Formats: sequence, structure tokens, C-alpha cells
Amino acid sequence: MSVIEDAILWLNDPLNWTNPDGIIARTTEHLWISAAAVALGCAVAWPLGIWMGHVGRGGPAVVTVTNLSRAVPTVALLTIFPLTVVGFGPPAIILALSLFAIPPLLANAYLGLREVDPEVRDAGRGMGLSGWQLLRKVELPLAVPYLANGFRVAAVQVVATATLAAYVNGGGLGMIISRGFGLGLTAGGGQVLAGGALVALLCLAVEGILALVEKALLPKSLRRVKHRPPASAADALPAGS
Amino acid sequence: MPSKVHDAVLAWGAPGDDPRNPWFSWSYVSQNTDTLLAALREHLFLTLVAVALATAIAIPLAILAYRVGSLSGPILGFTGVLYTIPSLALFAFLAPFTGIVAPTTVLIGLTMYALLTIVRNTLTALRQVPADVLDSARGMGYGKRAMLWRIELPLALPGIMTGLRIATVSTVALVTVGEIAGWGGLGELIIGGFNSNFYRPQIMTATLLCVALALALDLVLLAVGRVIMPWTRRRAA
Repeated sequence: MSVIEDAILWLNDPLNWTNPDGIIARTTEHLWISAAAVALGCAVAWPLGIWMGHVGRGGPAVVTVTNLSRAVPTVALLTIFPLTVVGFGPPAIILALSLFAIPPLLANAYLGLREVDPEVRDAGRGMGLSGWQLLRKVELPLAVPYLANGFRVAAVQVVATATLAAYVNGGGLGMIISRGFGLGLTAGGGQVLAGGALVALLCLAVEGILALVEKALLPKSLRRVKHRPPASAADALPAGS
Repeated sequence: MPSKVHDAVLAWGAPGDDPRNPWFSWSYVSQNTDTLLAALREHLFLTLVAVALATAIAIPLAILAYRVGSLSGPILGFTGVLYTIPSLALFAFLAPFTGIVAPTTVLIGLTMYALLTIVRNTLTALRQVPADVLDSARGMGYGKRAMLWRIELPLALPGIMTGLRIATVSTVALVTVGEIAGWGGLGELIIGGFNSNFYRPQIMTATLLCVALALALDLVLLAVGRVIMPWTRRRAA
């Protein structure tokens, strides 16, 4: 029997879906760990990036953080955090994943505020807006497309990277793949393939849904002018390692 | 021929002799120099082969996408979809067919990811060549081929080199994921250290070596770029 048939057979077994460590439970676990990591990343990166963009300082630091984050293997952080005071369990995984969410969130928040037309900013100041009002009423609304773009890139990356939690027995859909490898490719090949398909499907679904949300978030007035964040802001960032 | 590092890590099982399990220990480094170097060599080998293969495929592909407008959509779309799929899933797709005895699975996966970065950066760089420069070249009688070799590629070279640097650094980090398919270089030591009683010095030493390797290769490529593109030197400084 071929591996593909094995994979289909594995997916067709209802127990593989409803087991305590079946597909449904693993997907739920995968999604909540990812959501927590993205939320944590936003809580840190957005205020920082918005503030740096508002005062117009720290651009080189953002680039350095992005470049350095590319050199650090995800697997290393996933193994290191459980051994620190954080201890084993989801918090360590969430912390490690959120660190990889920070660069795209930070870079896009900073870029979004820096890209606000200086004339618009001047006009706001001329109308007597204070720095805080300028941020709330002018800069932030104009930066929404960038923030949304950063959010999508970060979320997709975290959902993809959360697969690697399986290396430290940390849960998520990756566990299905790693268990399959654990059985050996003759016995577990079908499960490995099925797990790979599930993970790929989940990531593409998250990417697709967030792309729609991103489109919906773009203010109507901006949609006409084709005001899109430059592709380079996202492209310059690391992939779903 | 299975990975020697993989076998060595599996054969150990024994944690270190230091009961305090410190984050860093010189005695670990001095006692395991051979294994560390072997893992580093494997890591370097996987990275270099993957990036070289990726470059050899990606640059012609990007030129094709640049020249034939109708192909750029499908090529970019395909790379975008692949980019979204996690490496572990990609290895899972490949391993049942390519096996885990040879580094084929890991190399194909790594090459594909590096490919995407290089294709995108090369295409962006080629598209950024100013239209008036192309116009004047045409006016001076440059043919398509001469234009590619003497105008477009040299002007796109800084962008291409940036793509190569990003691809190389990301590949070094990504090699660790190959552990699951039997070929993870330093990743074997990181995950092996975790599995044999959470042996901290091994995890930390391998991680530091991994980051150092990424930064060292980045610097090498930066230097190469300076040498082959002397005209960018003044601007960069």
C-alpha cells in the first residue's frame, strides 16, 4: 500500500480526530497557543513601534532586531525557554513564539507611522492638535493598513512556527508529524504525510482569512487610491521557519 | 549513509558529568570538541549546498519571470504559497518519498525555502532598474542579451546579494529543523541535549555556534559583495 493511501486511511479513522490527542484537540491547542503568542507580541511590539514611529527614532534598531531574529533558530528558543524559570508547558512555548512575532509587528508599526505624509502631519499640527491628538486622530488611522499587514505576517508566521513546538513535546498539530516520525517511516509514513497536509492546510487557511480581514480593514477612502503597504516590508522578514 | 552526528547524539544518552547543569561549561566544550565540530561541518555543508542549489535555480527563474510578464504571476504565487507552509510540514511531505537516510529530504526542503527568498529579491531588484537607463542602453544599440549581462544584472546585483544574505542566514537557522528528518547539524545537538535530561551546556553551545555561523556567513557575503561591487562601497560607508 502506498504512503498516500496510508495517509488517507489515517485521516479517515474517526478516532484519529476525536482522541484526546487527536486532530481536533491538537488544532484547538495549536490555535490558542498561536493566538496567545500573537497577542503577547502585539502587546509588546505595537506600543513600542508606534511610539518609535511617532517620535521618529529607532529605525536602525528595528532593522537590527529583524536581522538578528533571522539568525536565531526557533528550535533553540523552544528548547531553552522551558529550562529557564518559565518552566515546562504552554507559557514557555508562547513566550518563544511571541519573540518571533515581534519583528514583523514592530517593523510594520514603525513603518506605518513613518509613512504618514509629513504634510498631513503638518496640517494636523497647524490645526492645533497636540502630539497625543495627532497620534490618535491622524497617524494611527493612516497606519492601520500597515498594522494589519504586520499582524497578518506575524500571525501566519506564528501559526507556522507553532508546528515546531512538537520538537519539545509542546503540543500543537506538529505533534501528529513528530509522532509519525517516531513510529518510523514504514509504520508512520501515512501519519507523517497526513499531519503535513493538515498543518499546511491550517496555515493556508489562516493566511487566507487574515488576508480578507486585512482587505476589509483598509479604509474605504484608501481603497480607491490603491494605498497598499509596500511588499518589501513583509518580504524582508523571515519566513515560517 | 545516515548522518554521523545524528548517530553520535543517539548513542550518547548520558547527560553531562556536571550535576549543576549550567548554561555554559568549558569542560563540555573541551570534552566534546569533535562532536561539536562534526555538527558544525554538517550544518555548514547543508547550508552551502542548499543555498548554492537555490541560487542556481532561483536566478534564472527570476530572469524568466522578469522577461516573460505572464509567468511572473504564477511564479510569485507559487513561491508565496510555499512560503506559508511550515518547514516541518514540507519535510513531512518529502520524507515518506525521499527517506531519512540521506540528506535529500532536508536539502530539498532547505533549497525550496532559500529559492523563494532569492527569486523574490532578484525579481524586485531587476524591476527596480530605472526605465531611462534601459532606454539609453537600447538607444546605444544594446541587444537583449548584452542588456541583461551588462546593464540589468549589474544594476540588480546589490538586491540579489541582499536576497542571498537573507536566504543564507535563514537557512542556517532552518537547518536545525532538519533534526526530525535525521539531518539537523547543530540542531541535532540542541534537540538531543533537550532529550537527554535537558542538558543545558549542550543546548546553549550549539545555539551559540548556530547564531555565530549565521552571522559569520552573513559577513562573508557582505565582504564578497563589496569586492564584486566596488561601486557600492562609497555609498554604503
